[in-house]
Amino acid sequence: MKQGAKLTVLAASLAVAAAFGSTVALAQAKKADTPATKGGEQFFPVLSYRTGAYAPNGIPFANGFVDYLKLVNARDGGINGVKITWEECETGYATDRGVECYERLKGKGTHGATAFHPLSTGITFAVTDKSFVDKIPIITFGYGRADSVDGTVFGWNFPLGGTYWDAADMLVQHVGKKEGGLDRLKGKKIALVYHDSPYGKEPIALLQERAKMHGYELLLLPVTHPGVEQKATWLQVRQQRPDYVFLWGWGVMNSTSIKEAVATGYPREKMYGVWWSGAEPDVTPAGDGAKGYSSLVFLSPAGQGAVHKDIVKHVHDKGQATGNKEGFGEVLYNRGMVGAMMTVEAVKRAQIKHGKKPLKGEEVRWGLENMALDNAAIKRLGFEGFMTPISTTCVDHRGDSVAGIHTWDGKRWVIEKGTTLVADSTIIKPMIRASAEKYAGEKKLTRRDCAKEAG
Amino acid sequence: MFYRENGQFKSTYASDQQMLPILQDRLFMAGVLVFAFGAVPLLASDYLFLSLLIPFLILTLAAIGLNLVVGYCGQISLGHAAFMAVGAYAAYNLVLRVPQLNFLVVLVLAGLIAAAVGLVFGIPSLRIKGLYLGVATLAAQFFMDWLFARVKWFTNYAHSGSVQTAPVDLFGWIVDTPVEKYLFLLAVLIVFTLIAKNLVRSHIGREWMAIRDMDVAAEVIGIRPVYAKLTAFAVSSFYVGVAGALWGFVHLGSWEPLAFSLTLSLNLLFMIIIGGMGSLLGSYFGAAFIVMLPILLNQLPALLGMPISTAMASHLEFMIFGALIVFFLIVEPHGLARLWAIGKEKLRLWPFPH
Amino acid sequence: MKKNWPVLLLGAVLLIGLVLPLATGASAPGFYIEVLLGGLMAGVLYSLVALGFALIFKASGVFNFAQGAMVLFAALAVARLGEQMPLWAAIPLGMAIMVALAWLIERLVLRPLVNQEAIALFMATLGVTFFLDGFGQTVWGSDIYSIELGIAKEPVMVLQSVFQGGILVNKEDFFAAVVAAALVAGLALFFQMTPTGRALRAVADDHQAAQSIGIPLNRMWVIVWSVAGIVALVAGVIWGAKLGVQFSLSQVALKALPVVILGGFTSITGAIVGGLIIGVGEKMAEVFLGPILVKAFDLAGGGIENWFAYVLALLFLLVRPEGLFGEKHIDRV
Repeated sequence: MKQGAKLTVLAASLAVAAAFGSTVALAQAKKADTPATKGGEQFFPVLSYRTGAYAPNGIPFANGFVDYLKLVNARDGGINGVKITWEECETGYATDRGVECYERLKGKGTHGATAFHPLSTGITFAVTDKSFVDKIPIITFGYGRADSVDGTVFGWNFPLGGTYWDAADMLVQHVGKKEGGLDRLKGKKIALVYHDSPYGKEPIALLQERAKMHGYELLLLPVTHPGVEQKATWLQVRQQRPDYVFLWGWGVMNSTSIKEAVATGYPREKMYGVWWSGAEPDVTPAGDGAKGYSSLVFLSPAGQGAVHKDIVKHVHDKGQATGNKEGFGEVLYNRGMVGAMMTVEAVKRAQIKHGKKPLKGEEVRWGLENMALDNAAIKRLGFEGFMTPISTTCVDHRGDSVAGIHTWDGKRWVIEKGTTLVADSTIIKPMIRASAEKYAGEKKLTRRDCAKEAG
Repeated sequence: MFYRENGQFKSTYASDQQMLPILQDRLFMAGVLVFAFGAVPLLASDYLFLSLLIPFLILTLAAIGLNLVVGYCGQISLGHAAFMAVGAYAAYNLVLRVPQLNFLVVLVLAGLIAAAVGLVFGIPSLRIKGLYLGVATLAAQFFMDWLFARVKWFTNYAHSGSVQTAPVDLFGWIVDTPVEKYLFLLAVLIVFTLIAKNLVRSHIGREWMAIRDMDVAAEVIGIRPVYAKLTAFAVSSFYVGVAGALWGFVHLGSWEPLAFSLTLSLNLLFMIIIGGMGSLLGSYFGAAFIVMLPILLNQLPALLGMPISTAMASHLEFMIFGALIVFFLIVEPHGLARLWAIGKEKLRLWPFPH
Repeated sequence: MKKNWPVLLLGAVLLIGLVLPLATGASAPGFYIEVLLGGLMAGVLYSLVALGFALIFKASGVFNFAQGAMVLFAALAVARLGEQMPLWAAIPLGMAIMVALAWLIERLVLRPLVNQEAIALFMATLGVTFFLDGFGQTVWGSDIYSIELGIAKEPVMVLQSVFQGGILVNKEDFFAAVVAAALVAGLALFFQMTPTGRALRAVADDHQAAQSIGIPLNRMWVIVWSVAGIVALVAGVIWGAKLGVQFSLSQVALKALPVVILGGFTSITGAIVGGLIIGVGEKMAEVFLGPILVKAFDLAGGGIENWFAYVLALLFLLVRPEGLFGEKHIDRV
């Protein structure tokens, strides 16, 4: 081998060996990870995706989430004096990376992570099992496992504000109202264009249940990740001519669906998206074609309120804006803010019982199970108009689930006045019970005794 | 010049044919095993186990499997993660429907099912060669992706398409802590490595290598390509199926069809290319490299005091990954195993250059 | 006749599959034609990407897995530049960027790996794919960007008198087909008429012979990668105008792989014909075969087109291992 090549080879092998060694040392160092912050800190892991096919939706959400954490530190000095620290971890909406992020961040901070927002139903499924062992709450507001409402089985999952069964139920009720009554749905066709992942598949069970009840035909049209190829899907929509299309997409899939609907001439007025398929990045790429498209909106419509003014004053004006301020005041940014706010309020509530100090996951769970945010509290926090009251218990990890409908008019989202949708618990409760039973059986779990834990 | 390897004479065929004929090699291997079984469980942190060691062990097994068909037999396969999926779902269904079976039996059966599927998808290799075969094996990848997402029986009619598994139960020993998982996987990996080593030293392995080097000539001297190629695919799929079952049960605990996507297939291929094709040690090195790289790339900026956004870190990861692959292919196309061999050579003669 | 019976059998089966939906009345003839047109349009788009593959393989023997990443990179460049300047300036600038990229790839990746085996070169292009994915997103961003070609997105209905309800035709797809045809014609002229084109064909035939008569191999490779880069740009602009430019565009290029293996790695005609066959086959299977399978096996939805293209290409390969138009490979000991 020539001299130059030999040196390169030697350099390469040394570099590789150094890399091996340092990684092992790094991973080992995780064991002794105690921060030196005086008074301790409350650590918030932020699982986000700023790259990949889901980045258009993940970026504004993460911006909103972290901006609110920064606001609490800057404006309030932390949660009753306990500073918030956080770390973002890129998951790319991939389940295995989400699990890796979870493992890496769960032990950080004074007493470990406060709570996890997986921001992906797939990751939620994967970390639910681990949460029992690690005792860290998993907050999946508006997504996640639909059966995790049952707090006696899923002791650490919190689908605050609604699940996909609630969303699907609301949509069926809405189109039923549009038809003049749920009984008028008989003989109609509803197509579900959904993301081929646990996220997209979750509502199918409820839609099939409702189909049996009301006699409409359910057409299932899955779209494979990343969702850019939908020509054949929408050709089938054109062939079947459903009366309504429910869109259950995420990331690039949403805008592609709307564009293909334009290309095949399906009226956007008959398309209804779930609350994760109704944000600005989903409609702006289709331009004028998206006019008339509606979706559910829950917890955070687009717009700016009192809390936005605070964020501008305490965070943006001080040059601390997260990212490039993408999406400020838009639907997903606001939702991210709400997510952070609910977690912070849960910690505040838990501090009432456990003291104004850094709390561990178990203690935060108590706060999440005893949340009681009423309209007065919401107004005080500056979230009036961006949040609905929520109160949870040990048995019910969801609280009330209320949503509205907003429609894109080409420039902005317009909320349909007077439409308040509430999921029908008479149908959903038995489904939750059955599904939670099945999970408990598969995992050989014993149900929690809420009365005993409270007493 | 640290030691002399000469002067070790063999007087029986058995001692000459043993896997590690040199005493120093045997001592070194014993030392490594003692370290792996004894020292690592005591020293390593939980995070080290869960993020590095456990994925490393399972992916090494998969890499050995892929190496058997690509490195030793020369048939390019770009869709091997599909067979991992077959193994994982087979194991899930066996545990679900025949709960009396011991998990080791389940592993072997899952491997056999994966081997059967691999055999079927290996049939095109009898007619198609080279890169055409590589792209054709992608058919296996996408078909399996679709099959496990669509045929509800495989996921036990779960409406989310996700499956959950309980921790592995071996003769009453529940494998659920990181240390236990590590020890179990290490034992399985060592057994399978021994089997693979013996396979490649035997006449089957020589047939594979003959097909790899020059398949027309091999056919001329009487090696049946049907037998050689199909056994390569079958054995390789067996290993990869077992690795898939372990990946699902021990590492993930709960997975969805996307867990075994094209990205995993390409990662396996990178492992054996960077580690060294046609070398079992190379599979180990390659798997360690690929498992360690994302974690290192994530931590390095923070360590160096240059905090960068997660998006930037993720992009850098892609860029450095791609650049490293090209770099390795240019500098050492035979992979890390070759670097290791060169290093050993140098150590023998040090301080002399040759 | 006897040697070709597998080809004829496969052809017959496919023809039956093509005609069946129409014959059995399982579909309105108007809709059938729509699906056919949709398939042809999708096929045209696949062909555009496959062209790049075929060009590079023909001239340098490298299977360029990075073609998809190049399509994405080019589309991102044009989309982002198009925000600063009018499109007629952004596109040539994008082409210049692709030429620079081609030069870099030849210099840094191809030249050091000159005599390596095919799998090593393939792996190197895989590395380039990862690099371009990360680099593209670093420079241009991960959001969805749009390319406005000024073509109406609403479909038009034609032949309303012949078929009930008329046939839906998309202007954008039609434009894509016209552009693709123009590109192929342009490439054909380039290869036949210009000296550079002839030199490229010589290199494709036999590297060593071309070198021995004085054709500079390295420069030829830069040229061919540049041409492939420009083809990628055209594909990227057309795809991007239709679907929006985002990272996931590079996954679409994976669909072009069955096209090249069906058409043969070294054939431009193969790329076109293969693309059309795959496009039509895929859409037909998804729309007509899919629901039948779903009902028969109680599947959770269709989505057949993910693997149908590959299986179709695989079946063709079993009959003709070098692809429809590929060169027969003679193995010598």
